[in-house]
Amino acid sequence: MSEKSLPAVSYLKIPDEGDPYLEGHKCGNCGAVFLGERSVCSKCFSRDNMSAIKLEETGVLHSFSVVYRSFPGIDVPYVSAIVDLDGGGTVKGNLINIEPDPEKIDFGMKVKLTYQDALGRKDKEGNSYLSYFFEPA
Amino acid sequence: MYCGNLGQANAMVGQRILQEIGQTGIPVVNCANACATGATAFREAWMSIKAGMYDVVLAVGVEQMGKGLLGGAGGGDGIPKEGLLGSGTMPCVFAEAGMEHSKDHGTTFEQFAKISVKNHHHSTMNPKAMYQIETPLDVVMNAEMISYPNTKLMCSVNVDGSAAAVLVSEKKAKELGMGRAVRVRASALASDPYTDRDLVMPDVNACTRLAAEQAYEMAGVGPEDINLVELHDCFATAEMLHYENLGLCKDGEAGKMIDEGHVELGGKVPVNVSGGLLSKGHPLGATGIANIYEVCTHLRGEAGERQVEGARLGMTHVIGLGTACGIHILEKV
Repeated sequence: MSEKSLPAVSYLKIPDEGDPYLEGHKCGNCGAVFLGERSVCSKCFSRDNMSAIKLEETGVLHSFSVVYRSFPGIDVPYVSAIVDLDGGGTVKGNLINIEPDPEKIDFGMKVKLTYQDALGRKDKEGNSYLSYFFEPA
Repeated sequence: MYCGNLGQANAMVGQRILQEIGQTGIPVVNCANACATGATAFREAWMSIKAGMYDVVLAVGVEQMGKGLLGGAGGGDGIPKEGLLGSGTMPCVFAEAGMEHSKDHGTTFEQFAKISVKNHHHSTMNPKAMYQIETPLDVVMNAEMISYPNTKLMCSVNVDGSAAAVLVSEKKAKELGMGRAVRVRASALASDPYTDRDLVMPDVNACTRLAAEQAYEMAGVGPEDINLVELHDCFATAEMLHYENLGLCKDGEAGKMIDEGHVELGGKVPVNVSGGLLSKGHPLGATGIANIYEVCTHLRGEAGERQVEGARLGMTHVIGLGTACGIHILEKV
Protein backbone atom coordinates (compact mmCIF):
# COMPACT_ATOMS: atom_id res chain seq x y z
CA MET A 1 0.00 0.00 0.00
CA SER A 2 1.24 3.43 -0.95
CA GLU A 3 1.96 5.93 1.84
CA LYS A 4 0.84 8.77 -0.41
CA SER A 5 -2.47 9.20 -2.19
CA LEU A 6 -2.44 7.98 -5.78
CA PRO A 7 -3.91 10.05 -8.63
CA ALA A 8 -7.52 9.11 -9.51
CA VAL A 9 -6.77 9.55 -13.23
CA SER A 10 -3.55 9.46 -15.23
CA TYR A 11 -3.76 13.13 -16.20
CA LEU A 12 -3.77 14.27 -12.58
CA LYS A 13 -0.12 14.78 -11.61
CA ILE A 14 1.11 14.81 -8.04
CA PRO A 15 4.68 16.16 -7.97
CA ASP A 16 6.99 15.22 -5.08
CA GLU A 17 7.25 18.91 -4.37
CA GLY A 18 4.65 21.51 -5.21
CA ASP A 19 0.93 21.35 -5.85
CA PRO A 20 -1.01 18.78 -7.87
CA TYR A 21 -2.15 19.81 -11.34
CA LEU A 22 -3.89 18.49 -14.43
CA GLU A 23 -1.74 17.67 -17.40
CA GLY A 24 -2.80 18.11 -21.01
CA HIS A 25 -1.06 17.25 -24.23
CA LYS A 26 -0.93 20.01 -26.78
CA CYS A 27 -0.38 19.63 -30.49
CA GLY A 28 2.58 21.73 -31.67
CA ASN A 29 0.97 22.04 -35.08
CA CYS A 30 -2.66 23.03 -34.49
CA GLY A 31 -2.80 23.72 -30.76
CA ALA A 32 -5.49 21.13 -29.91
CA VAL A 33 -5.33 20.06 -26.26
CA PHE A 34 -6.03 16.49 -25.13
CA LEU A 35 -6.18 14.74 -21.79
CA GLY A 36 -3.81 11.81 -21.47
CA GLU A 37 -0.64 10.98 -23.34
CA ARG A 38 -0.74 10.47 -27.08
CA SER A 39 1.62 10.75 -30.03
CA VAL A 40 -0.78 11.71 -32.82
CA CYS A 41 -3.19 14.64 -33.04
CA SER A 42 -6.70 13.53 -34.02
CA LYS A 43 -7.53 17.04 -35.20
CA CYS A 44 -4.70 17.67 -37.69
CA PHE A 45 -3.09 14.18 -37.76
CA SER A 46 0.32 15.64 -36.94
CA ARG A 47 2.69 12.98 -35.54
CA ASP A 48 5.20 13.15 -32.71
CA ASN A 49 4.44 16.80 -32.18
CA MET A 50 2.70 16.57 -28.81
CA SER A 51 4.03 18.11 -25.68
CA ALA A 52 2.85 17.89 -22.11
CA ILE A 53 1.47 21.11 -20.66
CA LYS A 54 0.23 22.09 -17.25
CA LEU A 55 -3.45 22.96 -17.62
CA GLU A 56 -4.74 26.15 -16.05
CA GLU A 57 -6.57 26.09 -12.74
CA THR A 58 -9.51 28.21 -13.86
CA GLY A 59 -12.17 27.96 -16.52
CA VAL A 60 -15.84 28.46 -17.37
CA LEU A 61 -18.79 26.14 -17.00
CA HIS A 62 -19.83 24.96 -20.46
CA SER A 63 -22.63 22.54 -19.56
CA PHE A 64 -23.83 20.50 -16.61
CA SER A 65 -26.50 18.24 -15.21
CA VAL A 66 -27.66 17.66 -11.68
CA VAL A 67 -27.56 13.91 -11.13
CA TYR A 68 -30.31 12.58 -8.85
CA ARG A 69 -30.03 8.91 -9.78
CA SER A 70 -26.69 7.18 -10.24
CA PHE A 71 -25.43 3.67 -9.66
CA PRO A 72 -26.21 2.06 -6.30
CA GLY A 73 -23.96 3.36 -3.55
CA ILE A 74 -23.14 6.68 -5.24
CA ASP A 75 -24.17 9.72 -3.20
CA VAL A 76 -26.67 11.99 -4.95
CA PRO A 77 -27.51 14.67 -5.86
CA TYR A 78 -24.34 16.06 -7.34
CA VAL A 79 -23.45 18.34 -10.20
CA SER A 80 -21.74 16.77 -13.21
CA ALA A 81 -19.96 19.59 -15.01
CA ILE A 82 -18.19 20.17 -18.32
CA VAL A 83 -15.61 22.91 -17.98
CA ASP A 84 -13.58 24.71 -20.65
CA LEU A 85 -10.30 25.58 -18.97
CA ASP A 86 -8.71 28.94 -19.62
CA GLY A 87 -5.83 28.36 -21.99
CA GLY A 88 -7.40 25.27 -23.58
CA GLY A 89 -8.66 21.83 -22.69
CA THR A 90 -12.11 20.62 -21.66
CA VAL A 91 -12.49 18.60 -18.47
CA LYS A 92 -15.43 16.83 -16.86
CA GLY A 93 -15.84 16.62 -13.12
CA ASN A 94 -18.03 17.26 -10.09
CA LEU A 95 -18.87 20.88 -9.34
CA ILE A 96 -18.85 21.24 -5.55
CA ASN A 97 -19.46 23.95 -2.97
CA ILE A 98 -22.59 25.01 -4.79
CA GLU A 99 -26.20 24.05 -4.18
CA PRO A 100 -27.11 21.23 -6.61
CA ASP A 101 -30.05 23.21 -7.96
CA PRO A 102 -30.24 23.88 -11.71
CA GLU A 103 -31.78 27.29 -11.01
CA LYS A 104 -28.70 28.34 -9.08
CA ILE A 105 -26.04 27.29 -11.54
CA ASP A 106 -25.17 29.61 -14.41
CA PHE A 107 -23.72 28.63 -17.76
CA GLY A 108 -20.49 30.47 -18.29
CA MET A 109 -19.82 30.88 -14.57
CA LYS A 110 -16.19 31.00 -13.58
CA VAL A 111 -14.90 27.92 -11.76
CA LYS A 112 -11.56 26.75 -10.43
CA LEU A 113 -9.95 23.42 -9.77
CA THR A 114 -9.51 22.07 -6.28
CA TYR A 115 -7.75 18.84 -5.32
CA GLN A 116 -9.18 16.65 -2.59
CA ASP A 117 -9.39 13.07 -1.43
CA ALA A 118 -11.49 10.94 -3.83
CA LEU A 119 -14.59 10.85 -1.60
CA GLY A 120 -12.94 8.24 0.61
CA ARG A 121 -12.81 5.68 -2.17
CA LYS A 122 -10.02 3.15 -1.90
CA ASP A 123 -8.83 0.40 -4.21
CA LYS A 124 -8.51 -3.30 -3.32
CA GLU A 125 -5.08 -2.76 -1.77
CA GLY A 126 -6.47 -0.04 0.47
CA ASN A 127 -4.72 2.82 -1.33
CA SER A 128 -6.19 6.30 -1.00
CA TYR A 129 -6.67 8.50 -4.05
CA LEU A 130 -6.48 12.18 -4.79
CA SER A 131 -8.99 13.57 -7.25
CA TYR A 132 -9.90 16.93 -8.73
CA PHE A 133 -13.15 18.89 -8.38
CA PHE A 134 -14.48 22.20 -9.58
CA GLU A 135 -15.81 24.94 -7.34
CA PRO A 136 -17.11 28.43 -8.01
CA ALA A 137 -14.18 30.83 -8.52
CA MET B 1 -26.87 -12.46 -42.94
CA TYR B 2 -25.75 -9.51 -40.85
CA CYS B 3 -26.67 -9.70 -37.18
CA GLY B 4 -26.51 -6.71 -34.88
CA ASN B 5 -26.16 -7.33 -31.15
CA LEU B 6 -24.27 -5.45 -28.51
CA GLY B 7 -24.53 -7.25 -25.18
CA GLN B 8 -23.31 -10.58 -26.51
CA ALA B 9 -21.14 -9.27 -29.31
CA ASN B 10 -18.66 -12.12 -28.89
CA ALA B 11 -21.26 -14.89 -28.76
CA MET B 12 -22.14 -15.62 -32.41
CA VAL B 13 -25.73 -14.48 -32.06
CA GLY B 14 -26.41 -14.58 -35.83
CA GLN B 15 -25.36 -18.21 -36.09
CA ARG B 16 -27.42 -19.08 -33.03
CA ILE B 17 -30.48 -17.58 -34.73
CA LEU B 18 -29.88 -19.73 -37.82
CA GLN B 19 -29.37 -22.75 -35.56
CA GLU B 20 -32.97 -22.16 -34.43
CA ILE B 21 -34.57 -21.49 -37.81
CA GLY B 22 -32.48 -23.26 -40.48
CA GLN B 23 -28.79 -23.90 -41.05
CA THR B 24 -28.01 -23.46 -44.74
CA GLY B 25 -24.39 -22.45 -44.37
CA ILE B 26 -24.81 -18.86 -45.61
CA PRO B 27 -22.18 -16.35 -44.49
CA VAL B 28 -22.99 -14.65 -41.20
CA VAL B 29 -21.37 -11.49 -39.88
CA ASN B 30 -22.01 -10.39 -36.31
CA CYS B 31 -21.61 -6.72 -35.72
CA ALA B 32 -21.65 -4.28 -32.83
CA ASN B 33 -21.61 -0.48 -33.09
CA ALA B 34 -23.17 0.85 -29.88
CA CYS B 35 -26.72 2.14 -30.43
CA ALA B 36 -26.07 2.27 -34.18
CA THR B 37 -25.62 -1.53 -34.22
CA GLY B 38 -28.87 -2.36 -36.02
CA ALA B 39 -28.44 0.37 -38.61
CA THR B 40 -24.90 -0.84 -39.20
CA ALA B 41 -26.06 -4.43 -39.80
CA PHE B 42 -28.72 -3.10 -42.21
CA ARG B 43 -26.18 -0.94 -44.01
CA GLU B 44 -23.68 -3.79 -44.35
CA ALA B 45 -26.43 -5.95 -45.87
CA TRP B 46 -27.31 -3.13 -48.26
CA MET B 47 -23.64 -2.67 -49.23
CA SER B 48 -23.17 -6.37 -49.92
CA ILE B 49 -26.07 -6.21 -52.38
CA LYS B 50 -24.78 -2.96 -53.89
CA ALA B 51 -21.41 -4.66 -54.35
CA GLY B 52 -23.16 -7.31 -56.44
CA MET B 53 -22.25 -10.14 -54.09
CA TYR B 54 -25.76 -11.23 -53.13
CA ASP B 55 -29.39 -10.84 -54.15
CA VAL B 56 -31.10 -11.57 -50.84
CA VAL B 57 -29.64 -10.68 -47.46
CA LEU B 58 -31.14 -10.79 -43.99
CA ALA B 59 -30.34 -8.02 -41.48
CA VAL B 60 -31.30 -8.74 -37.90
CA GLY B 61 -30.99 -6.73 -34.73
CA VAL B 62 -31.57 -8.39 -31.39
CA GLU B 63 -30.94 -7.53 -27.77
CA GLN B 64 -31.67 -8.78 -24.29
CA MET B 65 -31.34 -5.87 -21.90
CA GLY B 66 -30.46 -5.80 -18.24
CA LYS B 67 -31.96 -3.42 -15.74
CA GLY B 68 -30.90 0.02 -14.58
CA LEU B 69 -28.81 2.85 -15.89
CA LEU B 70 -26.53 2.37 -18.85
CA GLY B 71 -23.10 3.89 -19.10
CA GLY B 72 -20.76 4.85 -16.32
CA ALA B 73 -17.48 6.72 -16.25
CA GLY B 74 -14.09 5.09 -15.97
CA GLY B 75 -13.77 1.87 -14.03
CA GLY B 76 -10.89 -0.48 -14.74
CA ASP B 77 -7.82 0.47 -12.74
CA GLY B 78 -7.95 2.09 -9.35
CA ILE B 79 -11.27 3.30 -8.04
CA PRO B 80 -14.72 3.77 -9.63
CA LYS B 81 -15.05 7.19 -11.24
CA GLU B 82 -18.86 7.47 -11.33
CA GLY B 83 -19.98 10.36 -9.16
CA LEU B 84 -16.36 11.38 -8.66
CA LEU B 85 -15.55 12.88 -12.04
CA GLY B 86 -19.09 13.79 -12.98
CA SER B 87 -21.40 11.12 -14.31
CA GLY B 88 -20.97 8.80 -17.25
CA THR B 89 -24.52 7.48 -16.98
CA MET B 90 -26.43 7.91 -20.21
CA PRO B 91 -29.24 10.06 -18.73
CA CYS B 92 -26.57 12.50 -17.53
CA VAL B 93 -24.47 12.48 -20.68
CA PHE B 94 -27.53 13.29 -22.78
CA ALA B 95 -28.73 15.79 -20.19
CA GLU B 96 -25.42 17.63 -20.56
CA ALA B 97 -25.86 17.60 -24.34
CA GLY B 98 -29.38 19.01 -23.91
CA MET B 99 -28.21 21.64 -21.45
CA GLU B 100 -25.74 22.84 -24.07
CA HIS B 101 -28.80 23.52 -26.24
CA SER B 102 -30.43 25.37 -23.33
CA LYS B 103 -27.32 27.47 -22.97
CA ASP B 104 -27.23 28.37 -26.66
CA HIS B 105 -30.95 28.74 -27.32
CA GLY B 106 -32.74 29.07 -24.00
CA THR B 107 -34.47 25.70 -24.36
CA THR B 108 -36.52 24.94 -21.24
CA PHE B 109 -37.19 21.88 -19.08
CA GLU B 110 -40.83 22.15 -20.17
CA GLN B 111 -39.93 22.05 -23.86
CA PHE B 112 -37.81 18.94 -23.35
CA ALA B 113 -40.66 17.36 -21.38
CA LYS B 114 -43.14 18.07 -24.19
CA ILE B 115 -41.16 15.67 -26.38
CA SER B 116 -42.03 12.85 -23.99
CA VAL B 117 -45.67 13.90 -23.92
CA LYS B 118 -45.71 13.70 -27.73
CA ASN B 119 -43.92 10.37 -28.07
CA HIS B 120 -45.92 8.73 -25.30
CA HIS B 121 -49.09 9.98 -26.99
CA HIS B 122 -47.96 8.43 -30.27
CA SER B 123 -47.32 5.13 -28.48
CA THR B 124 -51.01 4.77 -27.62
CA MET B 125 -51.52 4.03 -31.32
CA ASN B 126 -48.73 1.45 -31.55
CA PRO B 127 -49.65 -2.00 -30.26
CA LYS B 128 -45.97 -2.98 -30.44
CA ALA B 129 -44.83 -0.28 -28.01
CA MET B 130 -43.71 -1.50 -24.59
CA TYR B 131 -45.70 1.26 -22.88
CA GLN B 132 -48.87 2.70 -24.44
CA ILE B 133 -49.76 5.30 -21.86
CA GLU B 134 -50.68 8.97 -22.17
CA THR B 135 -48.41 11.10 -19.98
CA PRO B 136 -49.60 14.70 -19.61
CA LEU B 137 -46.97 17.41 -19.17
CA ASP B 138 -47.30 17.65 -15.40
CA VAL B 139 -46.88 13.88 -15.07
CA VAL B 140 -43.69 13.95 -17.17
CA MET B 141 -42.25 16.95 -15.33
CA ASN B 142 -43.13 15.59 -11.88
CA ALA B 143 -41.79 12.09 -12.50
CA GLU B 144 -38.64 11.13 -10.61
CA MET B 145 -35.77 13.37 -11.69
CA ILE B 146 -32.96 11.16 -12.97
CA SER B 147 -30.49 13.68 -14.36
CA TYR B 148 -31.73 17.23 -14.85
CA PRO B 149 -33.62 17.92 -17.08
CA ASN B 150 -34.33 14.24 -17.85
CA THR B 151 -37.02 12.76 -15.60
CA LYS B 152 -37.72 9.05 -15.62
CA LEU B 153 -40.44 9.55 -18.25
CA MET B 154 -37.90 11.32 -20.45
CA CYS B 155 -35.59 8.27 -20.53
CA SER B 156 -35.90 5.41 -23.00
CA VAL B 157 -37.06 2.06 -21.73
CA ASN B 158 -34.83 -1.00 -21.28
CA VAL B 159 -36.64 -3.83 -23.07
CA ASP B 160 -35.73 -7.03 -24.85
CA GLY B 161 -36.47 -6.81 -28.53
CA SER B 162 -35.63 -7.80 -32.05
CA ALA B 163 -36.27 -6.60 -35.58
CA ALA B 164 -35.36 -7.90 -38.99
CA ALA B 165 -35.26 -6.70 -42.56
CA VAL B 166 -34.96 -8.73 -45.75
CA LEU B 167 -32.95 -6.79 -48.31
CA VAL B 168 -33.14 -7.76 -51.96
CA SER B 169 -31.56 -6.43 -55.13
CA GLU B 170 -33.82 -4.44 -57.45
CA LYS B 171 -33.56 -7.28 -59.98
CA LYS B 172 -34.62 -9.88 -57.45
CA ALA B 173 -37.51 -7.74 -56.19
CA LYS B 174 -38.85 -7.54 -59.76
CA GLU B 175 -38.31 -11.26 -60.36
CA LEU B 176 -40.24 -12.11 -57.22
CA GLY B 177 -42.91 -9.49 -57.95
CA MET B 178 -42.50 -7.93 -54.51
CA GLY B 179 -45.24 -5.31 -54.55
CA ARG B 180 -44.64 -4.07 -51.00
CA ALA B 181 -40.92 -3.52 -51.41
CA VAL B 182 -39.50 -0.22 -50.21
CA ARG B 183 -36.48 1.41 -51.83
CA VAL B 184 -33.38 2.37 -49.87
CA ARG B 185 -32.59 5.81 -51.24
CA ALA B 186 -29.68 6.50 -48.94
CA SER B 187 -27.55 4.79 -46.34
CA ALA B 188 -25.01 6.79 -44.37
CA LEU B 189 -22.76 5.93 -41.48
CA ALA B 190 -20.44 8.39 -39.77
CA SER B 191 -17.99 8.26 -36.89
CA ASP B 192 -17.27 11.27 -34.74
CA PRO B 193 -15.28 13.91 -36.58
CA TYR B 194 -12.86 15.94 -34.44
CA THR B 195 -14.56 18.70 -32.47
CA ASP B 196 -13.12 20.51 -29.48
CA ARG B 197 -14.94 18.77 -26.62
CA ASP B 198 -15.83 15.45 -28.26
CA LEU B 199 -13.50 13.24 -26.21
CA VAL B 200 -14.84 14.61 -22.93
CA MET B 201 -18.41 15.41 -23.93
CA PRO B 202 -19.43 13.15 -26.84
CA ASP B 203 -20.54 15.37 -29.69
CA VAL B 204 -23.72 13.73 -31.00
CA ASN B 205 -24.44 16.83 -33.07
CA ALA B 206 -21.41 16.86 -35.34
CA CYS B 207 -21.65 13.13 -36.02
CA THR B 208 -25.37 13.29 -36.87
CA ARG B 209 -24.89 16.34 -39.09
CA LEU B 210 -22.14 14.59 -41.01
CA ALA B 211 -24.25 11.48 -41.62
CA ALA B 212 -27.34 13.55 -42.48
CA GLU B 213 -25.45 15.59 -45.04
CA GLN B 214 -24.22 12.39 -46.70
CA ALA B 215 -27.68 10.81 -46.66
CA TYR B 216 -29.41 13.81 -48.23
CA GLU B 217 -26.66 14.02 -50.84
CA MET B 218 -26.98 10.34 -51.72
CA ALA B 219 -30.78 10.47 -51.90
CA GLY B 220 -30.81 13.72 -53.82
CA VAL B 221 -33.48 15.11 -51.52
CA GLY B 222 -33.63 17.67 -48.75
CA PRO B 223 -35.18 17.71 -45.29
CA GLU B 224 -38.28 19.43 -46.72
CA ASP B 225 -38.99 16.29 -48.78
CA ILE B 226 -39.11 13.94 -45.79
CA ASN B 227 -42.61 12.91 -44.65
CA LEU B 228 -41.72 11.22 -41.38
CA VAL B 229 -38.68 10.65 -39.21
CA GLU B 230 -37.83 7.99 -36.66
CA LEU B 231 -34.89 9.47 -34.78
CA HIS B 232 -32.84 8.44 -31.78
CA ASP B 233 -34.84 9.67 -28.77
CA CYS B 234 -32.80 7.72 -26.22
CA PHE B 235 -33.66 10.71 -23.99
CA ALA B 236 -36.03 13.60 -24.53
CA THR B 237 -33.04 15.96 -24.54
CA ALA B 238 -31.53 14.02 -27.46
CA GLU B 239 -34.59 14.30 -29.69
CA MET B 240 -34.54 18.10 -29.35
CA LEU B 241 -30.99 18.27 -30.73
CA HIS B 242 -31.73 16.11 -33.73
CA TYR B 243 -34.51 18.31 -35.15
CA GLU B 244 -31.72 20.73 -35.97
CA ASN B 245 -29.04 18.13 -36.67
CA LEU B 246 -31.23 16.49 -39.32
CA GLY B 247 -32.11 19.85 -40.81
CA LEU B 248 -35.81 19.58 -39.95
CA CYS B 249 -35.58 23.17 -38.74
CA LYS B 250 -32.97 25.91 -38.50
CA ASP B 251 -30.51 26.02 -35.63
CA GLY B 252 -32.18 27.42 -32.56
CA GLU B 253 -35.70 26.56 -33.71
CA ALA B 254 -36.02 23.07 -32.20
CA GLY B 255 -38.01 24.38 -29.23
CA LYS B 256 -40.47 25.95 -31.62
CA MET B 257 -40.83 22.65 -33.49
CA ILE B 258 -42.20 20.98 -30.37
CA ASP B 259 -44.13 24.04 -29.11
CA GLU B 260 -45.95 24.49 -32.41
CA GLY B 261 -46.68 20.81 -32.98
CA HIS B 262 -44.74 20.44 -36.23
CA VAL B 263 -43.29 17.11 -35.08
CA GLU B 264 -46.58 15.52 -33.97
CA LEU B 265 -48.63 13.11 -36.01
CA GLY B 266 -50.50 15.43 -38.41
CA GLY B 267 -47.75 18.06 -38.17
CA LYS B 268 -45.32 19.21 -40.86
CA VAL B 269 -42.83 16.42 -40.23
CA PRO B 270 -44.04 13.85 -37.68
CA VAL B 271 -41.19 12.51 -35.55
CA ASN B 272 -41.30 9.17 -33.74
CA VAL B 273 -44.92 8.30 -34.43
CA SER B 274 -44.00 4.79 -33.23
CA GLY B 275 -43.75 6.22 -29.72
CA GLY B 276 -39.98 6.30 -30.09
CA LEU B 277 -37.49 4.71 -27.79
CA LEU B 278 -39.15 6.62 -24.95
CA SER B 279 -42.21 4.36 -25.10
CA LYS B 280 -41.53 1.63 -27.64
CA GLY B 281 -38.36 0.76 -25.78
CA HIS B 282 -34.67 0.67 -26.71
CA PRO B 283 -33.25 -2.82 -27.22
CA LEU B 284 -29.86 -1.47 -28.30
CA GLY B 285 -28.97 -3.80 -31.18
CA ALA B 286 -32.52 -3.99 -32.50
CA THR B 287 -33.33 -0.28 -32.43
CA GLY B 288 -31.63 0.59 -35.72
CA ILE B 289 -33.73 -1.96 -37.61
CA ALA B 290 -36.94 -1.46 -35.65
CA ASN B 291 -37.06 2.17 -36.79
CA ILE B 292 -36.61 1.02 -40.40
CA TYR B 293 -39.54 -1.35 -39.88
CA GLU B 294 -41.64 1.57 -38.61
CA VAL B 295 -40.87 3.79 -41.58
CA CYS B 296 -41.51 0.91 -44.03
CA THR B 297 -44.87 0.30 -42.37
CA HIS B 298 -45.89 3.89 -43.10
CA LEU B 299 -44.56 3.82 -46.67
CA ARG B 300 -46.70 0.71 -47.18
CA GLY B 301 -49.74 2.47 -45.73
CA GLU B 302 -50.07 -0.22 -43.07
CA ALA B 303 -49.56 1.80 -39.89
CA GLY B 304 -53.20 1.93 -38.89
CA GLU B 305 -54.25 4.65 -36.50
CA ARG B 306 -50.82 6.30 -36.46
CA GLN B 307 -50.40 6.26 -40.25
CA VAL B 308 -48.66 9.32 -41.66
CA GLU B 309 -50.95 10.04 -44.58
CA GLY B 310 -49.38 9.99 -48.01
CA ALA B 311 -45.91 9.11 -46.72
CA ARG B 312 -43.49 8.67 -49.62
CA LEU B 313 -40.09 9.39 -48.08
CA GLY B 314 -39.05 8.53 -44.54
CA MET B 315 -35.84 8.86 -42.56
CA THR B 316 -34.36 6.75 -39.79
CA HIS B 317 -31.59 7.88 -37.48
CA VAL B 318 -29.65 6.24 -34.68
CA ILE B 319 -26.59 7.36 -32.80
CA GLY B 320 -24.39 5.34 -30.49
CA LEU B 321 -21.88 6.98 -28.21
CA GLY B 322 -18.29 6.41 -28.96
CA THR B 323 -19.53 7.50 -31.64
CA ALA B 324 -21.48 6.06 -34.59
CA CYS B 325 -24.41 7.59 -36.43
CA GLY B 326 -26.46 5.65 -38.98
CA ILE B 327 -29.07 7.30 -41.21
CA HIS B 328 -31.30 5.75 -43.86
CA ILE B 329 -33.73 7.37 -46.26
CA LEU B 330 -36.44 5.04 -47.51
CA GLU B 331 -38.89 5.55 -50.34
CA LYS B 332 -42.26 4.13 -51.29
CA VAL B 333 -41.92 2.45 -54.68
